[in-house]
Amino acid sequence: MSKLNLITKGLVKENPTFVLLLGMCPTLATTTSAINGLSMGLATMFVLILSNMAISAIARLIPDKVRIPAYIVVIATFVTLLQFLMQAYVPSVYDTLGLFIPLIVVNCIILGRAEAFANKNGVVDSALDGIGIGLGFTVALTLLGLVRELLGNLSLFGWKPVQADGILAFVLAPGAFIALAYLIVVFRKLTEKK
Amino acid sequence: MEYILIIISAIFVNNIVLSQFLGICPFLGVSSKVNTAAGMSGAVCFVITLATVVTFLLNKILVLCGIQFLQTIAFILVIAALVQMVEIVLKKISPSLYQALGIFLPLITTNCAVLGVAINVVTKEFTFAGGQPHLFGLGEATVYAFATSLGYGLAMIIFAGLREQLSLNNVPKAFKGVPIALLTAGILAMAFMGFSGMIQ
Repeated sequence: MSKLNLITKGLVKENPTFVLLLGMCPTLATTTSAINGLSMGLATMFVLILSNMAISAIARLIPDKVRIPAYIVVIATFVTLLQFLMQAYVPSVYDTLGLFIPLIVVNCIILGRAEAFANKNGVVDSALDGIGIGLGFTVALTLLGLVRELLGNLSLFGWKPVQADGILAFVLAPGAFIALAYLIVVFRKLTEKK
Repeated sequence: MEYILIIISAIFVNNIVLSQFLGICPFLGVSSKVNTAAGMSGAVCFVITLATVVTFLLNKILVLCGIQFLQTIAFILVIAALVQMVEIVLKKISPSLYQALGIFLPLITTNCAVLGVAINVVTKEFTFAGGQPHLFGLGEATVYAFATSLGYGLAMIIFAGLREQLSLNNVPKAFKGVPIALLTAGILAMAFMGFSGMIQ
Protein backbone atom coordinates (compact mmCIF):
# COMPACT_ATOMS: atom_id res chain seq x y z
CA MET A 1 0.00 0.00 0.00
CA SER A 2 1.46 3.36 -0.99
CA LYS A 3 2.11 6.00 1.65
CA LEU A 4 -0.43 8.41 0.21
CA ASN A 5 -3.03 5.68 0.19
CA LEU A 6 -2.61 5.27 3.95
CA ILE A 7 -3.70 8.86 4.44
CA THR A 8 -6.54 9.00 1.92
CA LYS A 9 -8.21 5.78 3.03
CA GLY A 10 -8.99 7.34 6.41
CA LEU A 11 -10.82 10.17 4.69
CA VAL A 12 -13.24 8.17 2.54
CA LYS A 13 -13.03 4.38 2.49
CA GLU A 14 -12.44 3.88 6.21
CA ASN A 15 -13.83 7.17 7.51
CA PRO A 16 -14.14 6.55 11.27
CA THR A 17 -17.39 8.49 11.68
CA PHE A 18 -19.37 7.86 8.50
CA VAL A 19 -18.25 4.32 7.61
CA LEU A 20 -16.82 2.60 10.70
CA LEU A 21 -19.19 4.45 13.07
CA LEU A 22 -16.64 4.63 15.88
CA GLY A 23 -16.17 7.31 18.52
CA MET A 24 -19.80 8.37 18.49
CA CYS A 25 -19.82 10.05 21.92
CA PRO A 26 -17.47 12.98 21.21
CA THR A 27 -18.90 13.16 17.67
CA LEU A 28 -22.38 13.87 18.98
CA ALA A 29 -21.51 15.79 22.13
CA THR A 30 -18.88 18.30 21.05
CA THR A 31 -20.19 19.36 17.65
CA THR A 32 -22.45 22.19 18.80
CA SER A 33 -20.42 24.51 16.54
CA ALA A 34 -17.90 24.07 13.74
CA ILE A 35 -15.04 25.42 15.87
CA ASN A 36 -15.78 22.98 18.70
CA GLY A 37 -15.94 20.08 16.26
CA LEU A 38 -12.64 21.14 14.69
CA SER A 39 -10.85 21.43 18.04
CA MET A 40 -12.16 18.07 19.24
CA GLY A 41 -11.04 16.47 15.97
CA LEU A 42 -7.55 17.96 16.23
CA ALA A 43 -7.22 16.94 19.90
CA THR A 44 -8.16 13.35 19.03
CA MET A 45 -5.80 13.37 16.05
CA PHE A 46 -2.91 14.48 18.30
CA VAL A 47 -3.44 11.54 20.65
CA LEU A 48 -4.09 9.12 17.79
CA ILE A 49 -0.84 9.88 15.94
CA LEU A 50 1.33 9.74 19.07
CA SER A 51 -0.27 6.60 20.49
CA ASN A 52 -0.11 4.85 17.11
CA MET A 53 3.63 5.61 16.89
CA ALA A 54 4.35 4.59 20.48
CA ILE A 55 2.36 1.38 20.26
CA SER A 56 3.89 0.30 16.96
CA ALA A 57 7.33 0.91 18.47
CA ILE A 58 6.75 -1.18 21.61
CA ALA A 59 4.24 -3.73 20.28
CA ARG A 60 6.78 -6.58 20.21
CA LEU A 61 7.73 -6.08 23.84
CA ILE A 62 4.18 -6.45 25.17
CA PRO A 63 2.93 -9.96 26.01
CA ASP A 64 -0.20 -10.76 24.04
CA LYS A 65 -2.43 -11.30 27.08
CA VAL A 66 -1.93 -7.89 28.67
CA ARG A 67 -1.79 -5.88 25.45
CA ILE A 68 -5.15 -4.09 25.88
CA PRO A 69 -4.37 -2.67 29.37
CA ALA A 70 -0.90 -1.74 28.11
CA TYR A 71 -2.38 0.12 25.14
CA ILE A 72 -4.82 1.92 27.41
CA VAL A 73 -1.99 3.11 29.66
CA VAL A 74 -0.06 4.41 26.64
CA ILE A 75 -3.16 6.23 25.38
CA ALA A 76 -3.99 7.63 28.83
CA THR A 77 -0.45 8.99 29.13
CA PHE A 78 -0.78 10.96 25.90
CA VAL A 79 -4.24 12.19 26.91
CA THR A 80 -2.83 13.51 30.20
CA LEU A 81 -0.10 15.24 28.19
CA LEU A 82 -2.76 16.78 25.95
CA GLN A 83 -4.76 17.94 28.99
CA PHE A 84 -1.72 19.83 30.32
CA LEU A 85 -0.91 21.36 26.92
CA MET A 86 -4.49 22.52 26.40
CA GLN A 87 -4.81 23.91 29.92
CA ALA A 88 -1.63 25.91 29.36
CA TYR A 89 -2.11 27.22 25.82
CA VAL A 90 -5.84 27.10 24.96
CA PRO A 91 -7.71 27.17 28.31
CA SER A 92 -10.96 28.44 26.75
CA VAL A 93 -11.13 25.47 24.34
CA TYR A 94 -10.27 23.14 27.23
CA ASP A 95 -13.19 24.52 29.24
CA THR A 96 -15.64 24.21 26.34
CA LEU A 97 -14.77 20.61 25.56
CA GLY A 98 -14.58 19.81 29.27
CA LEU A 99 -15.19 16.18 30.13
CA PHE A 100 -14.61 15.00 26.58
CA ILE A 101 -10.86 15.66 26.68
CA PRO A 102 -10.12 13.01 29.37
CA LEU A 103 -12.68 10.80 27.63
CA ILE A 104 -10.40 10.60 24.55
CA VAL A 105 -8.85 7.69 26.51
CA VAL A 106 -11.93 5.58 25.88
CA ASN A 107 -12.46 6.70 22.29
CA CYS A 108 -12.80 3.41 20.40
CA ILE A 109 -11.11 4.83 17.29
CA ILE A 110 -7.76 5.08 19.07
CA LEU A 111 -7.84 1.63 20.68
CA GLY A 112 -9.24 0.25 17.43
CA ARG A 113 -6.34 1.59 15.36
CA ALA A 114 -3.84 0.31 17.93
CA GLU A 115 -5.33 -3.16 17.72
CA ALA A 116 -6.05 -3.25 13.98
CA PHE A 117 -3.08 -1.38 12.54
CA ALA A 118 -0.35 -0.04 14.83
CA ASN A 119 0.67 -3.34 16.43
CA LYS A 120 1.33 -4.97 13.04
CA ASN A 121 3.00 -2.10 11.17
CA GLY A 122 6.06 0.10 11.37
CA VAL A 123 6.34 3.46 13.15
CA VAL A 124 6.17 5.59 9.98
CA ASP A 125 3.20 3.72 8.52
CA SER A 126 1.37 3.92 11.85
CA ALA A 127 1.96 7.66 12.05
CA LEU A 128 0.57 8.07 8.52
CA ASP A 129 -2.41 5.90 9.42
CA GLY A 130 -2.97 8.10 12.48
CA ILE A 131 -2.85 11.22 10.30
CA GLY A 132 -5.32 9.71 7.81
CA ILE A 133 -7.86 8.44 10.31
CA GLY A 134 -7.41 11.60 12.42
CA LEU A 135 -8.07 13.79 9.37
CA GLY A 136 -11.17 11.76 8.51
CA PHE A 137 -12.45 12.21 12.05
CA THR A 138 -11.64 15.94 12.10
CA VAL A 139 -13.34 16.56 8.74
CA ALA A 140 -16.43 14.61 9.85
CA LEU A 141 -16.68 16.48 13.16
CA THR A 142 -16.17 19.87 11.54
CA LEU A 143 -18.80 19.06 8.92
CA LEU A 144 -21.30 17.96 11.55
CA GLY A 145 -20.52 21.03 13.66
CA LEU A 146 -20.94 23.24 10.57
CA VAL A 147 -24.38 21.80 9.76
CA ARG A 148 -25.58 22.03 13.36
CA GLU A 149 -24.27 25.57 13.83
CA LEU A 150 -25.79 26.70 10.54
CA LEU A 151 -29.24 25.24 11.23
CA GLY A 152 -29.28 25.91 14.96
CA ASN A 153 -27.71 29.34 15.19
CA LEU A 154 -27.59 30.60 11.55
CA SER A 155 -23.84 31.21 11.78
CA LEU A 156 -20.65 29.88 10.18
CA PHE A 157 -17.52 29.42 12.36
CA GLY A 158 -18.97 32.05 14.72
CA TRP A 159 -19.66 34.53 11.89
CA LYS A 160 -23.32 35.54 12.06
CA PRO A 161 -24.47 37.61 9.06
CA VAL A 162 -28.15 37.99 9.99
CA GLN A 163 -29.67 38.53 13.41
CA ALA A 164 -32.29 35.81 13.55
CA ASP A 165 -32.97 32.67 15.52
CA GLY A 166 -32.20 29.26 14.05
CA ILE A 167 -33.80 25.94 14.89
CA LEU A 168 -32.63 25.64 18.50
CA ALA A 169 -33.12 21.84 18.57
CA PHE A 170 -30.11 21.40 16.27
CA VAL A 171 -27.74 22.81 18.88
CA LEU A 172 -29.34 20.63 21.57
CA ALA A 173 -29.22 16.85 21.90
CA PRO A 174 -31.87 15.69 19.36
CA GLY A 175 -30.34 17.71 16.52
CA ALA A 176 -27.03 15.90 16.98
CA PHE A 177 -28.60 12.51 16.31
CA ILE A 178 -30.71 13.73 13.42
CA ALA A 179 -27.96 15.73 11.70
CA LEU A 180 -25.53 12.80 11.96
CA ALA A 181 -28.14 10.39 10.57
CA TYR A 182 -28.67 12.53 7.48
CA LEU A 183 -24.92 13.14 7.00
CA ILE A 184 -24.31 9.37 7.00
CA VAL A 185 -27.08 8.89 4.43
CA VAL A 186 -25.62 11.63 2.19
CA PHE A 187 -22.13 10.13 2.58
CA ARG A 188 -23.43 6.68 1.61
CA LYS A 189 -25.19 8.07 -1.45
CA LEU A 190 -22.08 9.95 -2.60
CA THR A 191 -19.65 7.05 -2.16
CA GLU A 192 -22.04 4.50 -3.66
CA LYS A 193 -21.82 5.88 -7.20
CA LYS A 194 -18.01 5.79 -7.46
CA MET B 1 -35.16 15.46 49.56
CA GLU B 2 -31.88 16.20 47.86
CA TYR B 3 -31.35 12.51 47.10
CA ILE B 4 -34.74 12.37 45.34
CA LEU B 5 -33.79 15.40 43.26
CA ILE B 6 -30.47 13.80 42.33
CA ILE B 7 -32.26 10.61 41.27
CA ILE B 8 -34.92 12.31 39.13
CA SER B 9 -32.38 14.64 37.60
CA ALA B 10 -29.97 11.83 36.72
CA ILE B 11 -32.61 9.51 35.27
CA PHE B 12 -34.84 11.88 33.31
CA VAL B 13 -33.61 15.46 33.09
CA ASN B 14 -29.91 14.88 32.39
CA ASN B 15 -30.23 11.41 30.95
CA ILE B 16 -26.72 10.12 30.39
CA VAL B 17 -27.27 8.85 26.85
CA LEU B 18 -29.84 11.20 25.43
CA SER B 19 -28.64 14.49 26.85
CA GLN B 20 -25.02 13.94 27.90
CA PHE B 21 -24.02 11.67 24.97
CA LEU B 22 -22.07 9.16 27.04
CA GLY B 23 -22.08 5.45 26.21
CA ILE B 24 -23.38 5.83 22.67
CA CYS B 25 -21.41 2.89 21.23
CA PRO B 26 -23.20 0.12 23.18
CA PHE B 27 -26.42 2.17 22.93
CA LEU B 28 -26.29 1.71 19.16
CA GLY B 29 -24.47 -1.63 19.19
CA VAL B 30 -26.39 -3.92 21.57
CA SER B 31 -29.85 -2.43 21.25
CA SER B 32 -31.35 -4.70 18.61
CA LYS B 33 -33.04 -6.98 21.18
CA VAL B 34 -34.68 -5.99 24.48
CA ASN B 35 -33.20 -8.98 26.35
CA THR B 36 -29.60 -8.23 25.43
CA ALA B 37 -30.15 -4.54 26.08
CA ALA B 38 -31.46 -5.31 29.57
CA GLY B 39 -28.50 -7.59 30.31
CA MET B 40 -26.04 -5.00 29.09
CA SER B 41 -27.70 -2.27 31.19
CA GLY B 42 -27.49 -4.54 34.24
CA ALA B 43 -23.76 -5.09 33.73
CA VAL B 44 -23.15 -1.37 33.07
CA CYS B 45 -25.25 -0.42 36.13
CA PHE B 46 -23.15 -2.66 38.36
CA VAL B 47 -19.83 -1.46 36.93
CA ILE B 48 -20.75 2.26 37.04
CA THR B 49 -21.86 2.17 40.67
CA LEU B 50 -18.90 0.10 41.84
CA ALA B 51 -16.37 2.05 39.75
CA THR B 52 -17.67 5.40 41.00
CA VAL B 53 -17.36 4.38 44.66
CA VAL B 54 -13.84 3.02 44.15
CA THR B 55 -12.59 5.94 42.05
CA PHE B 56 -14.18 8.45 44.45
CA LEU B 57 -12.11 7.01 47.32
CA LEU B 58 -9.06 6.68 45.07
CA ASN B 59 -9.36 10.35 44.17
CA LYS B 60 -9.18 11.28 47.86
CA ILE B 61 -5.85 9.43 48.05
CA LEU B 62 -4.60 11.12 44.87
CA VAL B 63 -5.51 14.55 46.28
CA LEU B 64 -3.84 13.68 49.57
CA CYS B 65 -0.61 12.78 47.80
CA GLY B 66 -0.88 15.77 45.43
CA ILE B 67 -0.77 13.59 42.31
CA GLN B 68 -4.13 14.53 40.81
CA PHE B 69 -2.64 14.63 37.32
CA LEU B 70 -2.63 10.83 37.42
CA GLN B 71 -6.45 10.90 37.66
CA THR B 72 -7.22 9.78 34.11
CA ILE B 73 -4.68 6.94 34.10
CA ALA B 74 -5.56 5.70 37.60
CA PHE B 75 -9.31 5.76 36.93
CA ILE B 76 -9.14 3.87 33.65
CA LEU B 77 -6.94 1.17 35.20
CA VAL B 78 -9.35 0.68 38.11
CA ILE B 79 -12.27 0.45 35.70
CA ALA B 80 -10.45 -2.06 33.50
CA ALA B 81 -9.73 -4.26 36.53
CA LEU B 82 -13.35 -4.06 37.72
CA VAL B 83 -14.70 -5.04 34.31
CA GLN B 84 -12.38 -8.03 34.24
CA MET B 85 -13.75 -9.05 37.63
CA VAL B 86 -17.39 -8.69 36.55
CA GLU B 87 -16.58 -10.80 33.50
CA ILE B 88 -15.16 -13.63 35.63
CA VAL B 89 -18.10 -13.52 38.06
CA LEU B 90 -20.70 -13.45 35.27
CA LYS B 91 -19.03 -16.36 33.46
CA LYS B 92 -19.44 -18.44 36.62
CA ILE B 93 -22.98 -17.53 37.68
CA SER B 94 -24.76 -16.85 34.37
CA PRO B 95 -23.06 -18.40 31.32
CA SER B 96 -26.07 -17.69 29.08
CA LEU B 97 -25.97 -13.96 29.81
CA TYR B 98 -22.19 -14.09 29.36
CA GLN B 99 -22.71 -15.61 25.91
CA ALA B 100 -25.38 -13.07 24.99
CA LEU B 101 -23.26 -10.06 25.97
CA GLY B 102 -20.30 -11.48 24.05
CA ILE B 103 -17.87 -8.89 22.78
CA PHE B 104 -19.61 -6.01 24.54
CA LEU B 105 -18.65 -7.08 28.04
CA PRO B 106 -14.92 -6.35 27.75
CA LEU B 107 -15.96 -3.23 25.86
CA ILE B 108 -17.52 -1.79 29.04
CA THR B 109 -13.94 -0.70 29.82
CA THR B 110 -14.04 1.62 26.85
CA ASN B 111 -17.64 2.63 27.54
CA CYS B 112 -17.23 6.32 28.12
CA ALA B 113 -20.24 6.33 30.45
CA VAL B 114 -18.20 4.61 33.18
CA LEU B 115 -15.16 6.89 33.03
CA GLY B 116 -17.42 9.88 32.33
CA VAL B 117 -19.48 9.42 35.48
CA ALA B 118 -16.37 8.71 37.58
CA ILE B 119 -14.66 11.91 36.41
CA ASN B 120 -17.85 13.99 36.57
CA VAL B 121 -18.48 13.05 40.17
CA VAL B 122 -15.07 14.20 41.41
CA THR B 123 -14.68 17.35 39.31
CA LYS B 124 -18.08 18.89 38.63
CA GLU B 125 -19.97 21.04 41.12
CA PHE B 126 -23.68 20.27 41.27
CA THR B 127 -26.46 22.55 42.39
CA PHE B 128 -29.80 21.28 43.64
CA ALA B 129 -32.90 23.03 44.90
CA GLY B 130 -31.34 26.47 45.01
CA GLY B 131 -28.51 25.36 47.30
CA GLN B 132 -24.85 26.28 46.96
CA PRO B 133 -22.92 24.54 44.17
CA HIS B 134 -20.83 21.85 45.83
CA LEU B 135 -18.80 18.74 45.12
CA PHE B 136 -20.53 15.47 45.91
CA GLY B 137 -19.85 13.53 49.11
CA LEU B 138 -19.56 9.75 49.00
CA GLY B 139 -23.28 9.15 49.65
CA GLU B 140 -24.43 11.59 46.99
CA ALA B 141 -21.85 10.26 44.53
CA THR B 142 -23.08 6.69 44.98
CA VAL B 143 -26.73 7.68 44.57
CA TYR B 144 -25.87 9.80 41.54
CA ALA B 145 -23.92 6.96 39.90
CA PHE B 146 -26.66 4.42 40.54
CA ALA B 147 -29.42 6.73 39.29
CA THR B 148 -27.39 7.64 36.22
CA SER B 149 -26.96 3.99 35.34
CA LEU B 150 -30.71 3.44 35.85
CA GLY B 151 -31.25 6.25 33.35
CA TYR B 152 -28.86 4.46 31.03
CA GLY B 153 -30.87 1.25 31.38
CA LEU B 154 -34.14 3.09 30.80
CA ALA B 155 -32.94 4.76 27.59
CA MET B 156 -31.37 1.52 26.41
CA ILE B 157 -34.49 -0.61 26.94
CA ILE B 158 -36.91 1.92 25.40
CA PHE B 159 -34.58 2.23 22.42
CA ALA B 160 -34.25 -1.56 22.03
CA GLY B 161 -38.04 -1.87 22.07
CA LEU B 162 -38.32 0.75 19.35
CA ARG B 163 -35.66 -0.97 17.25
CA GLU B 164 -37.41 -4.34 17.55
CA GLN B 165 -40.48 -2.75 15.98
CA LEU B 166 -38.36 -0.89 13.47
CA SER B 167 -36.78 -4.09 12.13
CA LEU B 168 -40.22 -5.18 10.87
CA ASN B 169 -40.57 -2.07 8.73
CA ASN B 170 -39.41 -1.42 5.22
CA VAL B 171 -36.68 1.20 5.53
CA PRO B 172 -35.15 2.99 2.47
CA LYS B 173 -31.83 1.37 1.53
CA ALA B 174 -29.56 4.30 2.40
CA PHE B 175 -31.17 4.59 5.85
CA LYS B 176 -30.74 0.90 6.76
CA GLY B 177 -28.92 0.16 9.99
CA VAL B 178 -27.35 3.04 11.87
CA PRO B 179 -28.94 6.13 10.21
CA ILE B 180 -32.50 5.07 11.00
CA ALA B 181 -31.41 4.10 14.53
CA LEU B 182 -29.87 7.57 14.96
CA LEU B 183 -33.07 9.22 13.74
CA THR B 184 -35.06 7.17 16.24
CA ALA B 185 -32.63 8.17 18.98
CA GLY B 186 -33.06 11.81 17.94
CA ILE B 187 -36.82 11.61 18.35
CA LEU B 188 -36.36 9.82 21.69
CA ALA B 189 -33.98 12.58 22.82
CA MET B 190 -36.62 15.12 21.83
CA ALA B 191 -39.13 13.30 24.03
CA PHE B 192 -36.69 13.38 26.94
CA MET B 193 -36.21 17.12 26.39
CA GLY B 194 -39.74 17.43 27.72
CA PHE B 195 -38.33 16.70 31.17
CA SER B 196 -35.93 19.65 31.12
CA GLY B 197 -36.95 22.46 33.38
CA MET B 198 -38.57 19.98 35.76
CA ILE B 199 -35.68 20.52 38.17
CA GLN B 200 -33.71 23.74 38.33
